[in-house]
Amino acid sequence: MKVLRSTLVWPLVALVVLLVFNAVASPGFFHVEWKDGRLFGTVVDIFNQGARVPMLLALGMTLVIATGGVDLSVGSIMAVSGAVAAMQVNAGAPMVQAVGAGLGLATLLGLVNGVLIARVGLQPIIATLVMMVAGRGLAMLLTGSQMVPFANRSLTWLANGSVGGLPVPVVLVLGLAVVTGWVLRRTAAGLFIEATGDNEKASRLAGIQTGGVRLAVYGFSGFCAGLSGVLEAANISAADPARIGDTRELDAIFAVVAGGTALTGGRFSLAGSVVGALLLQTLTLTLYNQNVAPAVAPVPKAVVILAVCLLHSPRLRARFGKRTQPVAA
Amino acid sequence: MKRQSFLRVAGLAAAVSFSACKPSGSGGGGGGGAAGGGKLVVGFSQIGADNPWRTAETESVKAEAAKRGIELKFSDAQGQQEAQISAIRSFIAQGVSAIILAPKVETGWDAILKEVKAAKIPVVLVDRGVTVSDPTLFATLIASDFVAEGRMAGEWLVKKSGGKAGIIQLEGTTGAAPANDRKKGFEAAIAGSPDMKVLASQTGDFKRSDGKNVMEALIKAHGAAITAVYAHNDDMAIGAIQALEAAGRQPGKDVTVVSIDGMGFAFEAIKEGKLNCTVECNPLLGPMAFDAVAKALKGEELPKQLVQEDRLFDETNAPAELPNRKY
Repeated sequence: MKVLRSTLVWPLVALVVLLVFNAVASPGFFHVEWKDGRLFGTVVDIFNQGARVPMLLALGMTLVIATGGVDLSVGSIMAVSGAVAAMQVNAGAPMVQAVGAGLGLATLLGLVNGVLIARVGLQPIIATLVMMVAGRGLAMLLTGSQMVPFANRSLTWLANGSVGGLPVPVVLVLGLAVVTGWVLRRTAAGLFIEATGDNEKASRLAGIQTGGVRLAVYGFSGFCAGLSGVLEAANISAADPARIGDTRELDAIFAVVAGGTALTGGRFSLAGSVVGALLLQTLTLTLYNQNVAPAVAPVPKAVVILAVCLLHSPRLRARFGKRTQPVAA
Repeated sequence: MKRQSFLRVAGLAAAVSFSACKPSGSGGGGGGGAAGGGKLVVGFSQIGADNPWRTAETESVKAEAAKRGIELKFSDAQGQQEAQISAIRSFIAQGVSAIILAPKVETGWDAILKEVKAAKIPVVLVDRGVTVSDPTLFATLIASDFVAEGRMAGEWLVKKSGGKAGIIQLEGTTGAAPANDRKKGFEAAIAGSPDMKVLASQTGDFKRSDGKNVMEALIKAHGAAITAVYAHNDDMAIGAIQALEAAGRQPGKDVTVVSIDGMGFAFEAIKEGKLNCTVECNPLLGPMAFDAVAKALKGEELPKQLVQEDRLFDETNAPAELPNRKY
């Protein structure tokens, strides 16, 4: 628990620094008002936009990275699930069925990743790279490479509606994060995931079904990506197979690493990943607010990312010192 | 093979020069097609089919080829320059008379275009240019003038707003030619009006979702000062409209929304009164491309760039045009 707390410190410090900067530099940054029965303001946007993509992808990615893997296919899986949900509602299916179909297919694609990695023995980066290419192709194939607009009210509500004044995606995603965290820490599942990432061979010898663990985390990552894709499509009332989720896997990896989960696996912090995603989104909105020219915006972004990683690095080294072999190669 | 088709080429060229080849917009043009049994064969290497604009361009080339009785060898490179290069190589092997190329990127075409030149096959570039060491490697480039599109949008907005507006500019993909040029043209058009102020200019990456996200953020930052939105493409404009509506503003009324591309859904939005104006970026390059092919085959010297003229649509002329939209 101590370790969990201390890894959370650095992204929080970065987030607070960024917020203090905004409090000084952008008047109205913290202004939140009640409008049409819901909260309205930049901070709400950070949570809303952050929840829809980076936070959701980071949830799945955290567990994958905790097993020592990585999932590059999440952006493409987003495209598939968004396309499936949009086509389903256009075919007259009710919202729940459409979302279910999108999430189902996304989870299935995640499980395919898991099978390629856990059963066939492919390297995670290769297996998911294959899925990244194939998933995008599948989305294009399903839609005939065209954007799929839709007018289903209940599907657009998923991204544009509000529950108790909060945007639906925030409620959904934070809820999912809390439930996931609770399940993983209250059962042995979290321990199994960390053990698999720490030393697969030893874990297997100790009786953990490491193959099953890997299968599950990639399936879960596919599910999260699927939900993210549905929310992105719902947000703009259209599924954009070519561009939804494009390069967003990198945002997810950043959020996870910034949150203190090492790419070497063996430990994870879901709370850290949530904070990492919020940090990333705050950074993006700060640059908009300061009207930093888009051409140079990547520079300040990179500086903040580098700073967070540097803050983490002494801990990493300390951790390497304590353990003999972090990854079962 | 090539010599065989020479007579037919001459016939086609005659047919083309007979029909008035005015480089104006869609439809029109097109000769009666080459007579006789065999057909003129033209290769077309397309980048991909990732958006309706490109699909419309492909359809335009295909339709024009069919109309003129030309056999079209079509290759979809699915976004890969290497695939375009190998397609061009296979066009040479198949002995096509001319090649139409929509290049994915500007550079890296020297070697393959030299092979094409050695085979004495003229190349007509469509919608994007290339940077090559030798300008004779291609016959001409047919493209829209992105700067002019931006300028048209800017001039329209100056007139509409009476020279006073707080503008949010949603830029396209950073570094992309259409984004750079549409920004340049627009900013030049409003430069003479001191009360036309660009409050913020951020990239929405030509995406609807990013257009919405950016607009959501900028509405909070600039609030009521925003009276106009200029988006580098229709997708981002639609995203911005959704964000404005969610914030309780009335796009089309209290916020003037201007965009570029002229896609079908933009015409719908104009009809609904949410989008004020869109400058067409016409993808129907087929007729002009085949006019250029015919001239090149006849040995005529072509200007290095032929400009596809773009039109502006607002609530006065968009509803009438809507049924004619092909993309």
